[in-house]
Amino acid sequence: MGVLVRGLCHSYGRGAMARQVLQDVDLHIDPGEVVLLTGPSGCGKTTLLTLVGALRQVQQGSVRVLGQELAGAGRGSRQRLRRRIGMIFQGHNLLRCLTAEQNVQMGADLLPELGYRARRDRAREWLRAVGLGDHLGKLPHDLSGGQKQRVAIARALAAEPQLLLADEPTAALDSRSGRDVVELLRGLAREQGCAVLMVTHDPRILDVADRLLRMEDGRLFGSLAEAVG
Amino acid sequence: MVWRAWRGRRIPLAWLLLTRQPMRLAVALAGISFAGILMFMQLGFRDGLFDASVTIHRQFDADLVLMSPRTISSIGMAAFPRRRLVQAMADPAVRGITPVHWNLLLWRNPETRTTRSILTLGFEPSDPLFIDPALTRQAQVLTQRGRVLFDERSRPEFGPIAERFRAGEVVETEVAGTRVRVEGLVNLGPSFGADGNMITSRETFLELTPASSPGSIELGLIRLEPGADAAAAAERLRRLLPEDVRVFTKAGFEEFEKTYWRTSTAIGFIFTLGAAMGFIVGCVIVYQILHSDVSDHLPEYATLMAMGYPLPSLLRVVGREGLLLAVLGYLPAYAAGLGLYALVRSGTRLPVYMNLDRALVVLVMILVMCLASAALAMRRLADADPAEIF
Ligand SMILES: Nc1ncnc2c1ncn2[C@@H]1O[C@H](COP(=O)(O)OP(=O)(O)OP(=O)(O)O)[C@@H](O)[C@H]1O
Ligand SMILES: [Mg+2]
Repeated sequence: MGVLVRGLCHSYGRGAMARQVLQDVDLHIDPGEVVLLTGPSGCGKTTLLTLVGALRQVQQGSVRVLGQELAGAGRGSRQRLRRRIGMIFQGHNLLRCLTAEQNVQMGADLLPELGYRARRDRAREWLRAVGLGDHLGKLPHDLSGGQKQRVAIARALAAEPQLLLADEPTAALDSRSGRDVVELLRGLAREQGCAVLMVTHDPRILDVADRLLRMEDGRLFGSLAEAVG
Repeated sequence: MVWRAWRGRRIPLAWLLLTRQPMRLAVALAGISFAGILMFMQLGFRDGLFDASVTIHRQFDADLVLMSPRTISSIGMAAFPRRRLVQAMADPAVRGITPVHWNLLLWRNPETRTTRSILTLGFEPSDPLFIDPALTRQAQVLTQRGRVLFDERSRPEFGPIAERFRAGEVVETEVAGTRVRVEGLVNLGPSFGADGNMITSRETFLELTPASSPGSIELGLIRLEPGADAAAAAERLRRLLPEDVRVFTKAGFEEFEKTYWRTSTAIGFIFTLGAAMGFIVGCVIVYQILHSDVSDHLPEYATLMAMGYPLPSLLRVVGREGLLLAVLGYLPAYAAGLGLYALVRSGTRLPVYMNLDRALVVLVMILVMCLASAALAMRRLADADPAEIF
């Protein structure tokens, strides 16, 4: 289980216009492990995340996520796998017409066997867990940036993912609430035994990682966790 | 089953998308209702016209009807020999006959002195003419010359005849240049072919139309013995009578008139076209609304796809939005239709009523309009790429 990537290459464009973005990337993440990925802009971090998140077709190499091989996987099987992967985006991407509680329930609604009330209660629990118990009925419009990002975390976790992918979740936040959000994320993921792969530029949150990876020009360099920790 | 569906229900995304954008919803509903009202009005006028074209026809006390083969409609009634109607008596199933003269004559409004054409029926006052027995009783006053019964539901342009008659005045005017006196009121109703009606005796009718020959009539009513088969009797008469007369059943007589208005005039086409215009306008509005709604929420749809919602479930959200718009837009259109029909009835005295058929036709049109627009707007969803949202 977890994530196992071997010899992954990816390029955008075709023929003469093709530009290789990922070169021979190897990566593994164990269940419950929190891995941070850093690197200069344009080096391919988001591309790696979308490939591991089954959002993009794998071109070359092997990507095994939660026991499923993604190389050659069709649209349908990738969509089904995504139900088991939580994603937190740079922009929070909440549904504007739904309240905080309803947004989180959109995540919980993916759990097939639970009844409506159970899913709603779960949404409320998660919002309480991220400290938004008093803001259940608010629209995203009426929440601050940090609050919105916490709703997005609650939404991702409400679907009980086994893998959590986050792309610069603190980019829109000040350093203080950024740190709160990341620590919250790590705590909740640990409780669930959920693996986390997080892209960040924020040097102040590097210490939450079990392992740190650095990417440059489409190549991944090994753990620097000792150096930082 | 129901319990499971209730338990398994999800956030009503389509409903929330619509209701949390009240301005857009209002515009959409106004557009759909407008289209619905347009369809109700056009189809109502069309059906009302066809129904109104036989207001008089329906009321004749007859099982079979004879008309000239040259007759094309109630506004162009040709004459045929009265003998033919008498000949029909030879059939054992025939119980009685009523020869009827039928013409459009000029009625002078006694107040304004302007003239207007009025449908005039002439018959022997002792013969049965209409199903309503009250009319038959009143007919006795026509035995005096120059007396007429005036249809109180005629359009007001003929003058305040009914009001003055009820007030006890002696109401006299000119019809086709000859003096007549209104001796009673009847209740028949105008039709598209005639704005008003009056009934008189055969004798007075021939005085009013000196050119018409006493031996010819425009309409022959035939009553059959109770329980007789009308279609079979009509068939026998067709074989019995020469070619200078046509035999109709009562239903066929009404249908003949309706068919004239439907086929020989552009009226049916115009009103159907009007309804089609409403349909198209509605389609454009709903498509615009749904298309911009999907476009505005494209990143959100992509987010849902990234979360693992399958594309068909998102297409269903758009479909449900269309369905909701259809239902929400139909209700005000229906209510406005009822109100406008009442207005039309009092304004034009046309028998335009809401009936189940039309209510369903418009509902189906609005459903098709909204769902087709939703289906077109769904194509926009194909542009939602979950890989682009990080
Ligand atoms: N859809 C795309 N089509 C073509 N090129 C793309 C596409 N997405 C990204 N790229 C290119 O691929 C390279 C890597 O992009 P990627 O988004 O993975 O970088 P990143 O490491 O996430 O950068 P940043 O830190 O700025 O977010 C960039 O040079 C970018 O221009
Ligand atoms: Mg990026």
